[in-house]
Order: sequence, then structure tokens, then C-alpha cells
Amino acid sequence: MISSLPGVLFDGVTYGSLLFLISIGLSVTMGLMNFVNLAHGAFAMLGGYVAVVLMNRLGVPFLAALPAAFAGAALAGWILERTLYRRLYRASHLDQVLFSIGLTFMAMAGATWWFGPGQQPVVLPAFLIGQVRVAGLDLGAYRLFLLAVVIVITLALGWLVARTRFGAQVRAAVDNQQAASGLGIDVGRVFSLTFALGSGLAGLGGGLGIDVLGLDPAFPLKYMVYFLLVVAVGGAGSIRGSLVAAMVLGVADVAGKYYVPAVGAFVIYAMMVLLLVAFPAGLYGRRAA
Amino acid sequence: MMRHRLADGRWHPAEIVFWLMPVAVFFLLPDYLILGSQILITGLFALSLDLILGYAGVVSLGHAAFFGLGAYTAGLLGAHGWGEPISGLLAAAAVAAFAGWLCSFLVVRGGDLTRLMVTLGIGLMLFEAANKAAFLTGGVDGLSGVTMRPLLGMFEFDLYGKTAYLYSLAVLFAMFVLVRRIVASPFGLSLRGVREGARRMPALGANVPRRLRVAFTVAAAIAGVAGGLLAQTTQFVGMDVLGFPRSAELLVMLVLGGTGRLYGALIGAALFMIAQDVLAGINPVYWQFWIGLLLVLMVLYARGGVMGAVSAWMARRRAVAPREHGADA
Repeated sequence: MISSLPGVLFDGVTYGSLLFLISIGLSVTMGLMNFVNLAHGAFAMLGGYVAVVLMNRLGVPFLAALPAAFAGAALAGWILERTLYRRLYRASHLDQVLFSIGLTFMAMAGATWWFGPGQQPVVLPAFLIGQVRVAGLDLGAYRLFLLAVVIVITLALGWLVARTRFGAQVRAAVDNQQAASGLGIDVGRVFSLTFALGSGLAGLGGGLGIDVLGLDPAFPLKYMVYFLLVVAVGGAGSIRGSLVAAMVLGVADVAGKYYVPAVGAFVIYAMMVLLLVAFPAGLYGRRAA
Repeated sequence: MMRHRLADGRWHPAEIVFWLMPVAVFFLLPDYLILGSQILITGLFALSLDLILGYAGVVSLGHAAFFGLGAYTAGLLGAHGWGEPISGLLAAAAVAAFAGWLCSFLVVRGGDLTRLMVTLGIGLMLFEAANKAAFLTGGVDGLSGVTMRPLLGMFEFDLYGKTAYLYSLAVLFAMFVLVRRIVASPFGLSLRGVREGARRMPALGANVPRRLRVAFTVAAAIAGVAGGLLAQTTQFVGMDVLGFPRSAELLVMLVLGGTGRLYGALIGAALFMIAQDVLAGINPVYWQFWIGLLLVLMVLYARGGVMGAVSAWMARRRAVAPREHGADA
């Protein structure tokens, strides 16, 4: 149970890191392609369902189901990007919104059809259940694990973006698409790979987050605001901005629900409107979207 | 050569025929009046979104906020003893307009994405507020006990929805005439100017934020009237009046009918509601799937919706006719 300020902070940070993991793909697609993808949560949900099906129906161990969640969502993202999304990069934001709402509705209806409307149960392996005592605090083992995974992935992403050739291409394309393609970078390929990577990370987040966020067909709509908020506040295309925004948001949400339950989600929405009005391009925005 | 004329406010015969249809429905299909008034109310709601989206080009994902405010205003008045319908509607419009005016300051800032997020946030915030203020709104159980006095002191709201239907139709028509007048006015033209080139309008001396604020406020007021109508005719207000699905579906209807044409809003609302009545009766989950598929297909292949297709067809016919004429001569 959350009992004190450090406990609330810890829970908030784990929650925030999960939000970051799921939202980072959205941030990059918005920054890179200027595409408002409201269906991003559907990829996270897909990852969650892949993990659940593998574990509960096929008996695959939890740790093996997570990479599968990543792969499943990444594949779906790659296919959809190739076939549908890329046709709308130059469309208006309204078209993109309508298109991605349509995809979200279809994903939600599909999930209800296949898996029913209820919450999906998840059985965690024994070593992730229970509490670990760290510096006088009882911390959930699973949350520690989650935090560790997100830290590793964040470092890997940072390395990928800052040190590799692919990362340089992504950064170039975010900064100036035309100049990047003029320099011989295959921007279309960068888009596809980035989209697949972002969807995959969302799927991984969905799989990891079943225990924290839950998993039901309403998932994409329920958390859509949170993902969008991370991106809008952090600034589209900025990894550091998304990280900061996700942490602030996670802590504020957990603290708000813990200390002032009567107000509930109100805090988050109010924060979103105020932050957006104060920083229309996000905290670390590169582009006024 | 084709002549482009400015709208002169004259009613085209097709428009008169269009408005005779709901009157005909009243006499010919008395069993469908309840669905009919839902369609009329939703059409009015879609009309209000068309004013800001279709004409001013402001994307909103939270237009249900104003619909819901109107519904709760009229509903609460009715539940607490003020059952006079017309003044209830005026109150609903006033409350929604005030809220819209406040929100408009936030909405006119920033680009599309910021607007989307801000309107979405405002909608969700109001939904959450209504949820938490259960002592006032009834929370998830909804606000019941709305009692309406006879319309104009003469016509009782009956079980078959006859009064509700005619009342909704009259209000819709009055609002439509108003909106039609607005979009044909210089102010309406300037809104279109903003949509087409927001950066050029200031060069013509137009105060763009102010115009957008006015449009947003008017649209909010009309949405409030639609919400108030729903509350008064169904004598119940559920939380769903404020929900995100309502805002999203509204966008769907408007795009289905065609934006920026006024009649597109009405046709889209009618098609959507009839399809929902038929398909959702079979299975609500499938309904969501089909509407999603429809959206995706429309964005990819059929921009402009029904009215877009109609005017494309008319333009083709008009382009073909003179050529044939020329061949004869």
C-alpha cells in the first residue's frame, strides 16, 4: 500500500515511466511525420493482448511474452504504416484525427469481439510478486522490475538516437524533412522503421502495464489523453521532453488520486489545458505543431 | 464560362423540398417520431459544429461539452420546478454561450494540435466534473425527474413524441435560418477567409482571434440549445451527453454529410442516426466497428461526404451541359 510521500513518489515514477514507454513512439511520429495518431493506444492494447494470449492460452513465460508483445505491435505498426498511414502524411490534421479515431474504434470493437469486454487477468511470475525492502521502504517487486526495464530501454533509445547512423537520420528528418531527403536519406524508410519501433515500444508498454494500467477493450480511449498529454506537454519529437512530461504527469496523477480522491482525474485534465495554453509548443518543443 | 455568384440569401427550391421532408415524416411515419426528434436534435448539434469546423476551420474534439452544459442547464431547471420549455432553452443557450466564450480564449491560441488537445481536455474536464458532482447531476445514474410544462402553455409533451418532434423541428429550423444568415453574411465570409488563409486575413484588416471567438461562442450556444432540447424532450439527462464518444460521433456525422455546407450536417446526422438505429439494434459492438471502418474509408476515398459527392456530380453535369450545347451550334 502507498503509505507515505516516498511511496507516492515511487508509484508516480513507475506510472510515469510506463507512460513514457508507451508515449515515446507517439511523440516521434508526431515530431517526425507531424501526424496526429489517436490510435497509438491501440498498439499498446495489441501488445497487451498478445502477451495475455501467449501467457494464458499458450503457457509462454512472462519474460518471453514481453518481446512478443513488442514484435506483434511493431509488425502491426509497420504494416499499417506501409499501407494506410503513409497516405495521410500530407492530409489535414482533421483527416488524420478522423482516420485514427476510426482505427481506434475498429481496434476496440475487434478486441471486444475476440476477448470480451472484461478486464484481462495476468499471472506474474513468482519472483515479481511481493515486496522488496529498499532503504526502509517496501516497494513492489513488479514495479521495480518495470522501472528497471524502462530505464534500460530509455538508455538504449538514447544510444540509438544519439550514436547510431539510424538515429542521426531520424534526427535529421525531424529537424528538416526536405533537407534530409535532399542529402540522400530515405525518409520514407526512416518513417516506416520509426513508426514500427514506436508501435513496438507501445506494445511492450501495454504488455508490461497490464498489472498497472489494466487491459480491456476501452484501453485506447481511456489512456489516449495521457499519451497525447505526454507528447503535447513534452513537445513532439523530443525524447527528453516526453520523459520529463511523463514523470510529472505520473506523479501528479498518482498524488492527485491519493491525496484528493474527490477531485480525481480532474487534476490531470486541468493541468493539460493550462500547460497547453502556457506552452503551445510543449516544454521542449522543436516545432509549433 | 461559369459564373460565380455570392449567396444572396434566396432559398433554392431544393432547400424548400428538403425542409418539407421532416414535415412529411410527421404525417406519414407517426411511429418514428421519437427517433425523428433525436435526429433533429443531433442535426442541430452537428450544425453548430459545422459553423466552427466547416466554416472557421477550428477542429474540436470536445464539442459535447457545450451540448452537455445545455442539457444539464435545461434538465436541472426542469427538475427543480422551472418547466417552461422556451425559457429553459434560452437559459441553456446562455450558459453554453458563456462557457463557450470563456473556452474560446483558450481555443483560438495555437495550431490544430493544441486546439484538439484543449477542446478534448475541456470536454473531459466537464465530464469528470459532472461525474463528481453527483449531488447536482445525479452522476452515472443520470438526472431524472425532469418535468416539463406544456409548450407555449398549450401543447403537452405526449408519450408518442408528437409535441417533442414539432418543437425540435421548429427550433432546428429557426436555428438553421440563423446560421444560414450568419454564414452568408460578411462575417461568415470572413470566417471562410480564416479557414482558407489564416495568415492573410490580418493583412485585410480582420481581427482573426476575435472572429473565431465569436464563431466559437455562437456554436457553443447552438450546441447548448441542442442539448437543452434533448433534456426537455427525453426528460432525462445522462452522463453520456458530455462524453468523448458524443464529440467523436458528431465529427463522424459532420464528415459523413460533408463539412461547410450546413445541409451536410443535417444529412450526416440523419444517415448516422438511422444507421445506428438499424445496426446497433443488432449488436452495439459491431456498430462501433462499422463506424470505424466507415471513417477510415471516408478519409481515404471520399473526402467531402454526401454533400461533396452531390456537388461534384452537379459540377460535372454543369460542365458537360454547355459542351453539348456548343456541339449543337
